[in-house]
Amino acid sequence: MQKYTIAVLVNNQSGVLNRVSGMFRRRGFNINSLTVSETESEQFSRITVTYEATPEMNHQIVTQLYKLPDVIKVKELTRDDSVNCELMLIKVKNDAATREEIRTAADAFKAETVDYTRESVIMRITGDSKRIDAFINLMKEFEILEICRTGIVSLERGSKTIAQYED
Amino acid sequence: MKLSGADILIRTLIEQGVDTVFGYPGGQVVDIYDSLYRFRDEITHILSAHEPGAVHAADGYARSTGGVGVVIATSGPGATNLVTGIATAYLDSVPLIAITGNVAGDQLGTDSFQEVDITGVTLPITKHNYIASSAEHLADIVREAFRLAKSGRPGPVLIDIPKDVQLAEAEYIPEAAVKTDPKRACEHIEEAVEAINLSNRPFVYFGGGVIASDAEKAVCDFAEKIDAPIGCSLMGISGVPTDHPRFLGMTGMHGRFAASTAMHHADCIIACGVRFNDRATGNKDKFARTAQVIHLDIDAAEFMKTVNASHCLKGDVGKTLALLTAAVEKKALPDWWEEIEKFKAREEASAPKREGFVPENIYGLINDYLQADTPVCTDVGQHQMWAAQYLRFKEKRRFISSGGLGTMGFGMGAAVGTDFATGKRTLLISGDGSFVMGMPELTTAVEHHLPIVILLIHNGVLGLVRQMQTMYFEKRYAGTVLPQNTDFVALVKAFGGDGCRVTCMDELKAALDSGFSDGVFLIDCLIDEDELVLPVLPPEGTADDLIVKVVD
Repeated sequence: MQKYTIAVLVNNQSGVLNRVSGMFRRRGFNINSLTVSETESEQFSRITVTYEATPEMNHQIVTQLYKLPDVIKVKELTRDDSVNCELMLIKVKNDAATREEIRTAADAFKAETVDYTRESVIMRITGDSKRIDAFINLMKEFEILEICRTGIVSLERGSKTIAQYED
Repeated sequence: MKLSGADILIRTLIEQGVDTVFGYPGGQVVDIYDSLYRFRDEITHILSAHEPGAVHAADGYARSTGGVGVVIATSGPGATNLVTGIATAYLDSVPLIAITGNVAGDQLGTDSFQEVDITGVTLPITKHNYIASSAEHLADIVREAFRLAKSGRPGPVLIDIPKDVQLAEAEYIPEAAVKTDPKRACEHIEEAVEAINLSNRPFVYFGGGVIASDAEKAVCDFAEKIDAPIGCSLMGISGVPTDHPRFLGMTGMHGRFAASTAMHHADCIIACGVRFNDRATGNKDKFARTAQVIHLDIDAAEFMKTVNASHCLKGDVGKTLALLTAAVEKKALPDWWEEIEKFKAREEASAPKREGFVPENIYGLINDYLQADTPVCTDVGQHQMWAAQYLRFKEKRRFISSGGLGTMGFGMGAAVGTDFATGKRTLLISGDGSFVMGMPELTTAVEHHLPIVILLIHNGVLGLVRQMQTMYFEKRYAGTVLPQNTDFVALVKAFGGDGCRVTCMDELKAALDSGFSDGVFLIDCLIDEDELVLPVLPPEGTADDLIVKVVD
């Protein structure tokens, strides 16, 4: 099993996310993260999915996705040729004893404080998933109250776009 | 011209070449039925007894002609009654358009009377589905649905039309029938050609994709050039004439011994429009280990799904085969054929040679009555497997059977649709389990005086499941013994048909002589409950483990 990230360009219509995620469900493929958003064109949405699979399973996923009429393009994005990014909001318990340590850790990771009370602090951090995992690990020394991650978004490096690829 | 959504639907169906639809009315399609009434000179509606019969009829209509079958049902229970039939068509790649009514758009999602989310329900069993959200877009949705149903790997498409869309008016501009997406050959064949040239024991294995692609001649020409035997999956039956000298028959779980064994011992399997279902391969990890698989299919998602192919050729099967035939070297493989003759001799030696009223003799006699163009529909069970093993077909699309989903109750509806489509006297082979499931459609068949001969292979049990219990469950016959109170001849007479009971070959012959007259005629064939379908592949087995004889 290896990690895969794919970008799926789909028609911007209601129900399309259900068709895409339903394909994963019914064929027994497990999604690690999924993000969906509008794109440069009103006509299309972009779904970024990460999952672990064998090369044979990955072939199944991509070819099954192409059978959905609402799927325009599927592009596999590898670590080397793409920019990957995730955003996390993390709420940590704030008290006098740990306040300074949390601030130092946040500075080291360039995490931004977006909410601050005497009892809690919310920080916002972006980066690749490993960096975010590392920050969570660091925060485990304090008391993590809540975490919310967006899942990965990914763009290919260079000027080429997903729409320019042949099927 | 401005028309109501319901009229636009019917006009677009007519425009797309539909002259027959099957269906059942209800509150949320009453406007569509009003349009059907007013356009009755151009399009015929066949009322079924129950919606499952209507969708199986549309399926049989499509399978027997290669055209698109159309079924209409109302919202809620009407729509959910189509589900098994849609899944049947999906698993066997049958082009089908299912049209359902639904509650008005402003009531959708409020659990209104007879409201069901049928696009949600059918998402995994359709190629695509639509909720028509406006009358303006309805004609284009119907056209796109036809293009999708027919193009590439065919399949079912559902259109859900809310009541308000049926009533709303919009401009309708007629268009020509949609064309299917162009059929293209796979161009990258060099490596596959090399592998075929190196092969000494090639085997050509084909399925329903060959029938869908009209590639039967291409298969035979290719096998001729490389001197290969031919076998098929259940879905391939009737694709190549049964008496073709290279044809060894169906392979797989209940396949012919020579066909399954030759495929298992081949060094190169050229697989054409098949999907290597578990019933076809047996234990897939041990399946044909010595063979390279060259897989031709229009659907790339079938590659590497169950069997790892060394070469995957995506494209129209017929066109790709034509390129391969032109490119490969001509072969003569006497050693391979010597081995195949041995397989055939072993098959012949293990074949049952009994006297009396037993399946091999019953089906043998049926063969004498089949015209080249007689369509044969089946239900699901032992009677179906015997039909696949023993019947001899000369033309394609003459074996109409639920393969992938194995839908009991399919046959009667399918026979109605097949008869309407072909206008030919149709033979339905059923069992006393399956027949009861599809029985309501006797009313439809009798109403329209359809010449359907029903051969009821009547053994009082659910034979195919029971034989598993015989072989692997120490004869604990849980749930497989059927009630014996039904007089099937009286039953078919009560529906307005005719029939007789037969218990020996002479009676069967007499019944067949008189039964192939007009109208619905049921021949109730009483056979022994212990008859088995052989050979059989044991669980997790390969063709080397085929059981050809069971000694009690």
